[in-house]
Amino acid sequence: MLAWAVVRPFGWPEAALAVPAAGVVVATGAISLDHARAEAERLGPVVGFLAAVLVLAHFCDVEGLFRACGAWMARWAAGRPVRLLTAVFALASAITAVLSLDATIVLLTPVVFATAARGGVRPKPHVYACTHLSNTASLLLPVSNLTNLLAFAASGLSFTRFAGLMALPWLAAIGVEYLVFRRFFARDLAAAAPAGQDPGEAPRLPLFALVTVGCTLAGFVVASAFGVDPAWAAAAGALVLAGRALLRREAGVPDVVRAAAPAFLAFVLALGVVVRAVVDNGLAGALAHVLPAGTGLPALLGIAALAAVLANVINNLPAVLVLLPLAAPSGPGAVLAVLLGVNIGPNLTYAGSLATLLWRRIVHQHDHGVDLGEFTRLGLLAVPCCLAVAVVALWGSLQVL
Amino acid sequence: MRVIAWLVEGTWPACVDAVRTHAPAPAEVVLLHVSGPEAAGLAHGAFAGLLGRGHPERDPGALLETLGGSSAAGLLDAAAERLGRPCVREERSGRVERQVVAAADGADLLVLARDGDRSRLGPRSLGPAARFAVDHAPCPVLLVWPEPAPDLATLPPPPPRP
Repeated sequence: MLAWAVVRPFGWPEAALAVPAAGVVVATGAISLDHARAEAERLGPVVGFLAAVLVLAHFCDVEGLFRACGAWMARWAAGRPVRLLTAVFALASAITAVLSLDATIVLLTPVVFATAARGGVRPKPHVYACTHLSNTASLLLPVSNLTNLLAFAASGLSFTRFAGLMALPWLAAIGVEYLVFRRFFARDLAAAAPAGQDPGEAPRLPLFALVTVGCTLAGFVVASAFGVDPAWAAAAGALVLAGRALLRREAGVPDVVRAAAPAFLAFVLALGVVVRAVVDNGLAGALAHVLPAGTGLPALLGIAALAAVLANVINNLPAVLVLLPLAAPSGPGAVLAVLLGVNIGPNLTYAGSLATLLWRRIVHQHDHGVDLGEFTRLGLLAVPCCLAVAVVALWGSLQVL
Repeated sequence: MRVIAWLVEGTWPACVDAVRTHAPAPAEVVLLHVSGPEAAGLAHGAFAGLLGRGHPERDPGALLETLGGSSAAGLLDAAAERLGRPCVREERSGRVERQVVAAADGADLLVLARDGDRSRLGPRSLGPAARFAVDHAPCPVLLVWPEPAPDLATLPPPPPRP
């Protein structure tokens, strides 16, 4: 099933196989109906939360938030590559944290590329920064990454405590990533653009989108303080932005549904059921021997490293589904260490995991012209450094908070 | 006489100025820009890494390819204006260093700029792409500094006598 999701034959959606596969494991008794229902009940709110964030990001784009980001970056950088890289780091980190990694990859990357190219700056380091930060910067909030949403549901942490514990690892990982990039791409960043570039017209401030996103963030904090599921705050934010687009006839109901990616949501549910079946049938026992227990610094480092390896072997979504039930009994510290591993680990290869990369190469017999040696060298430098520093930062946060 | 000027983001004005200074007036000038496949490939890969998203039409890589084409055209326009004389614009895409060598086939001069560490004199002032083009060019090469060349004081000390 994973192979199917990676290869995607005939351009069919992943859910086309995942949902029948989930049906098969239930029908053959590989997973009891109770377990399947429990898994679906656990994943239901997560999937709802995810849909809301996807809709929110899509309509931020409709409101022109990402175009405005491009214009801000161009004006601030004024053709100087190092300043542009700093701006990309700041914006990509913020957008990944608040609007999820999908938004950075799908919506911000083209804007960054266009900004660099228009300003006469070599785009490579900046596009690399987007792809790396979409993983590294997705540590901060439960909404930043689907893996976080899954772990958030399993960890029993409140929204604010999750963010509080992850703030320091998030900053540390981004900081290390920045230093690695400055050094790795020093040559490309030294080529300044000729002076006298036209910075483009001043951007129109997408005030409505910014205020809605700000209110949604505040809603997360308030909701978690009152014990309400923060998914409702995300849903409210998504409704406001989508409702405005509908009222202004900038979008139809089908656009909203498409933005929520129903096939993807079905895939996540089905993947959860199938992975539960695999875990129930022996994988849990096998991994329980390997996974370190406790929340001391060495144990956290071990958990994060194992999660990073597993994320590369079987992709990060299934990895987090496998590891969560094993890590949850050791407490929130272990769950967050799993997250550090599965979120930072995928930077090792350009397709997010070794498994994806190998499958794509085998099946499609072509690469996309990326210098794999360069990407892997960067990954080998950045991933272990970021991971180690982030785990130490997490350990520190756990001691203090 | 046919002169090829290989133009790269950030360093191209020096190449255009070198053509203006060194290419004789009747020479045919070709302004060459090569788009590497990396940026679009990275975007393709990052999207592929998002397991389960489906929707290949949302893949940002295709958009990057289109954007790359229009930015290359913009660069060549600016360069032609700076050159101020008739010229041919050539856009290529593929492995940058190999495309440059292929474009220089049959030319009488290849003009290119150093693309490495330009804070000191020495071999590191050439990056891998320029190094490949200089080493493999099938014609005479004019290699220029994008900015004023560093001081002679940046020379490494001579090796000890044997």
